Amino acid sequence: MKVAPKLEKTLVQDLYRQMVLIRRFEEESGRLYMQGRIHGFLHLYIGEEAIAVGSIPILGPDDYVVSHYRDHGHALARGLDPKAAMAELLGKATGCSGGRGGSMHLFDLKRGFMGGYAIVGGQMPIAVGLALGIKMRRERRVVLCFFGDGAANEGEFHESLNLASIWKLPVIFFLENNLYGMGSHVDKTHATGRDLYLAAEPYQIPAVQVDGMDLLAVRETVLHAIDRVRSDAGPVFIEAMAYRFRGHSMADPSAYRDSAEVELWKKRDPIETFRVRMFTDGLLGPADVARIEKEVEAAVAEAAKFAEESPEPTPESIHDHVYG
Amino acid sequence: MPEMSIREAVSLGLREALDADERVFLMGEDIGSYGGAYAVTKGFLEKYGPDRVRDVPIAEAVIVGAGVGAAMGGMKPVVEVMTINFTLLAMDQIVNHAAKMRYMSNGQFEVPMVIRTVTGGGGQLGATHSQNFEGWYASVPGLKVAVPSTPYDALGLLRTAIADRNPTIFAEHALLYGVKGEVPKERYEVPFGKAEVRRQGKDVTIVAYLRMVSVAMKAAEALAAKGVQVEVVDLRSLRPLDVATVVESVKKTSRAVVVEENWRTGGFAAEVASAVQEQAFDHLDGPVGRVGGLEVPMPYNRSLEAAAIPTPDRVVETIERLYGL
Ligand SMILES: Cc1ncc(C[n+]2csc(CCOP(=O)(O)OP(=O)(O)O)c2C)c(N)n1
Ligand SMILES: [Mg+2]
Repeated sequence: MKVAPKLEKTLVQDLYRQMVLIRRFEEESGRLYMQGRIHGFLHLYIGEEAIAVGSIPILGPDDYVVSHYRDHGHALARGLDPKAAMAELLGKATGCSGGRGGSMHLFDLKRGFMGGYAIVGGQMPIAVGLALGIKMRRERRVVLCFFGDGAANEGEFHESLNLASIWKLPVIFFLENNLYGMGSHVDKTHATGRDLYLAAEPYQIPAVQVDGMDLLAVRETVLHAIDRVRSDAGPVFIEAMAYRFRGHSMADPSAYRDSAEVELWKKRDPIETFRVRMFTDGLLGPADVARIEKEVEAAVAEAAKFAEESPEPTPESIHDHVYG
Repeated sequence: MPEMSIREAVSLGLREALDADERVFLMGEDIGSYGGAYAVTKGFLEKYGPDRVRDVPIAEAVIVGAGVGAAMGGMKPVVEVMTINFTLLAMDQIVNHAAKMRYMSNGQFEVPMVIRTVTGGGGQLGATHSQNFEGWYASVPGLKVAVPSTPYDALGLLRTAIADRNPTIFAEHALLYGVKGEVPKERYEVPFGKAEVRRQGKDVTIVAYLRMVSVAMKAAEALAAKGVQVEVVDLRSLRPLDVATVVESVKKTSRAVVVEENWRTGGFAAEVASAVQEQAFDHLDGPVGRVGGLEVPMPYNRSLEAAAIPTPDRVVETIERLYGL
């Protein structure tokens, strides 16, 4: 793929920075969870950074991102303030959902981040509806909707693909195939086996599979997809093959997969892969990496500090925003 | 004042909304070329076109979910789910998504959507097509539930529902579409959370909604013949619920019976009865009664079905038994 030469140094470094930001943010939230500062479910995105950063930064400011409960990476790649995201994880009033949503339900209206959704597949009809509104208003926005391999077995998945296809709606269905839905391997849960993009074919939706550990491959695929979708040609389906390096959630010791498999995938760490390649292409150097690492560490430390020091929502606010 | 049926009133409310606001559009199974399973949207497709009167595949989750998404993006969808029985296939979108969006996003997103659906039994449609789930939805914070029993209320509540910025279940009773009544030419609205006293009386209060209002009215007539004066309160919306009007009535009558078509176990009448005993306990001369559907899946057979749904006779019996009237 001949994308790298077209990439500008500033862009490369920014993409690298975003992946590192997600990685460090997730490591920090994992730590805060272990320290009892974050509660409930916490699903880390570590290992899958190339997907969010390979796709979301291509969108324009008016486009919409719809995510699932593993949403921190998508939110950060959309430019959501790490402080507001971390504060949400700690349930603080300054969180991007006012402490009412939590890790699985990040929202940011200003950035077109239309939410993290914690019912598997539940976000897909909503993405279709957002795309319908876009089409009816004759806008040129697109919707980028993420979901996991597990979601592809839900009725809402199939209903959404069908409707988006017959109405030619501007939505990119982005399947993050990390091979597992909790502890269930895709080989055991899908009639199509590992190649879940095949599920889009009956709905006449163009579908491709891409290496989700390779930022440039994801980026190239999404660039084409967005062009197509924005030209009103209807939905596109992308399946990115990836792997989560951590358990399903912080509560998961990952007993269902052996460490050899995990180690094998870790050798394909998306951040490392990108770094090595960009070193070779001369678009990133050791000094840049050190600088970015430092910047990101400071940003994450600041986010954690901000979250820790932020106020809890007031008890009186409990009834706010039930109705409007 | 012109007379019209509930069907005509709902239809008029929808046309008004489509005419007034280009963000409003309709979406539902067979609402277009078929004209609606209950003929509410007959002629709409011809008038408004397929963009604003959208026939959809039989896929309730995505129909309602697409409504949620469209509403979040600034549209005002009126989604028709053919009957309330089928809303079970969209329960995730209604309860987990529509109802939660504003709260979970800390007020950043809202879902100004109306879900019109048809509730109720009595048409010999059998167990899967004769249920009443509006009371279930009324237990969900974030949703509103409207239950019109007259053409006047149907139009007035629909206007309110469409103007409202929250997701609203608008439950139309299958057997009430033909009910006629006067509807003023001048614009009016019926607010949510405002019950209506349909008949004044001083001896006992019957609380009801949708088709059970007419059952209550018939029971009231029968009791009037025996010298018992019944007050009938029509709730008109279940959420918000106008407890004040019910309590006021009970303070006058000292007796209350709640009638609902749904099963009694966990039913909405229990909620009303509980509110009455909490807020009017000292005024009560006896227990708050409930009359509900029998605890069976709705039978198809005509007489069995009739036995399963509350009748005026059962209401009268209950009142006589509870209060010795
Ligand atoms: C409708 C529904 N069923 C079950 C769950 C519990 N659950 C949460 S995440 C998950 C696995 C989903 O896996 P996948 O879609 O592959 O996403 P991943 O976690 O791998 O990113 C399950 C079963 C849920 N949240 N929603
Ligand atoms: Mg998965």
